[in-house]
Amino acid sequence: MTVTAPPVVPATGRNVSSGAGGSRVGRSGPVAWMVLPALVLFVVFGVVPLIGVVVLSFTQWDGLGPIHANGFANWRSVLSDPQTWHSVLVTFEIMILSWAVQTPMSLLLGTFLAGRQRYRAFLAVLYFIPLLLSSAAIAITYKALLDPNFGLGAGLHIGFLTQDWLGKSNLAIAVVIFIVSWQFIPFHSLIYQGGVRQIPTTMYEAASIDGAGRIRQFFSITVPQLKYTIITSSTLMVVGSLTFFDLIFVLTAGGPGDATRVLALDMYKRGFMSNQMGPASVIASIIVLLGLVLALLLRRLGGSTTASQQEGA
Amino acid sequence: MAIATTSSTSTRRARGGPVRAHKLLQLNWFGGLAGWIWLAIVVIPLYWIVVTSFKDQSDYFTQNPFALPSAPTSENYKLVIQSDFPRYFINSVIVTLGTIIPAVGISFMAAYAIIRGAGSKFLAGVNGLFLMGLAIPLQATIIPVYLLIIKMHLYDSLLALILPSVAFSIPLSVLVLSNFIRDVPKELFESMRVDGATEWGMLRTLAFPLTRPALVTVSIYNGLAVWNGFLLPLILTQSPDKRTLPLALWTFQGQYSVNVPAVLASVVLTTLPIVILYAVSRRQLLSGLTAGFSR
Repeated sequence: MTVTAPPVVPATGRNVSSGAGGSRVGRSGPVAWMVLPALVLFVVFGVVPLIGVVVLSFTQWDGLGPIHANGFANWRSVLSDPQTWHSVLVTFEIMILSWAVQTPMSLLLGTFLAGRQRYRAFLAVLYFIPLLLSSAAIAITYKALLDPNFGLGAGLHIGFLTQDWLGKSNLAIAVVIFIVSWQFIPFHSLIYQGGVRQIPTTMYEAASIDGAGRIRQFFSITVPQLKYTIITSSTLMVVGSLTFFDLIFVLTAGGPGDATRVLALDMYKRGFMSNQMGPASVIASIIVLLGLVLALLLRRLGGSTTASQQEGA
Repeated sequence: MAIATTSSTSTRRARGGPVRAHKLLQLNWFGGLAGWIWLAIVVIPLYWIVVTSFKDQSDYFTQNPFALPSAPTSENYKLVIQSDFPRYFINSVIVTLGTIIPAVGISFMAAYAIIRGAGSKFLAGVNGLFLMGLAIPLQATIIPVYLLIIKMHLYDSLLALILPSVAFSIPLSVLVLSNFIRDVPKELFESMRVDGATEWGMLRTLAFPLTRPALVTVSIYNGLAVWNGFLLPLILTQSPDKRTLPLALWTFQGQYSVNVPAVLASVVLTTLPIVILYAVSRRQLLSGLTAGFSR
């Protein structure tokens, strides 16, 4: 981690600190305690619950009364419940489709925003606003906008828009993906904007001398150079999509039927609506497991040397 | 641990030749087209929210949705403000400030320790633990958190929202802050050490001022997440007087489901403080975000 410093500095550093009476131990000794407040809180409310959720998945608990161990019963029943697999499927459907919509669009917008004209800065200001709204507010807004009787379609007399958007399974999923993109494309395009600005100019110069056109340059320079940015952004999207709860909860409450019942919602419904914390903990464990596996998978894609660079992921 | 090298080359690249790169990018008409289309997609719903919030019920049902209100009214806003809205607003302020101040403080100390104590196995392990937190959707741990909060007799209190929020914001805060502290030249620390400064003194007088932009970014980012948070208030509180704004919006929507203009007025009111904050600190936030994530 000390690579940034020129080689001379660590040497003088060691001399100075020994001169001042500090040894190597002294160097990290007084610093280490500073990590403790963060560590304690993170362990209590992050790590312990993480272990806790696995432990609770082997118990029977209604959320109020006593907790009883009951072995693998929850796992057996949850894994043999078609509802579980349906939720897994819906989760992946929304995850993959929203990734497929958001990534090309963010990449395109990010590349465009990396220019420096003033109107682009202005656009970036407006783009960011959806990210400031709570998912609850966004869901409420779109629910009203898409209302077949009083919403956009009815008011503008556009037949296409007067569909019962939230009443049909496929349409409801499409709406969720649209809203997620509406909310998060701005964020990811900013990440890409930062990435594009770090690509050395000389690469584009060399390419134009070789006669590469703009589209060719985009695919042969911009996209490959953004490899790590794409992985960072994709990881955030994928792991983030496992936690879509408020948007879907307020928009459709998982409906119509169970068409938008993603895993997070499944966990909530089993745990806090049906008072079955054990099975809900099984679902939660599956979410945790999926998050870990997907993050590791994406990191692998980046290659082993980039693993540390991708700590941002 | 190649982070330091890669991050230093990337900053050098960024400072390298941005000017000409962007002349080349000017011709990006396709991106430009997408940019303007996206602008419409973003702005139209926002415009609709604001315009509708000033309409009365009859205008809402009869008018073209995008038309300006025939008789603009502030009745919807009055209705919202006369409800318990101010109470929810104050709750949200308490929870947000109560989270970001300790969260950023302890994350800054942790990031400082991780960078300054590089080489310590303990600190490397702690750093690894925080990074793992980034890959795991911590919301999935809500059931044990709920149990923990009950056992601590904190259920249905604002503190029940603050404590997990602080913990959940640590991983990302430590990551972004340590990226910035790493860029503080080692020579500065060494010369302060010669002058007899303690680590605590260096943290306050050297690292703190130099990482202020990152501290602001992290504060806003976490603040946004907490202000808009829905799951924790939904699960960890119960009484109406403990509601925060997003939850209040949801219940409000249930109560006034027919009165869409009033619901949208409450959407505007919950978002307005953030939009103002954003307008003030925009440059800071955007540059901090791009720097924090793209390296």
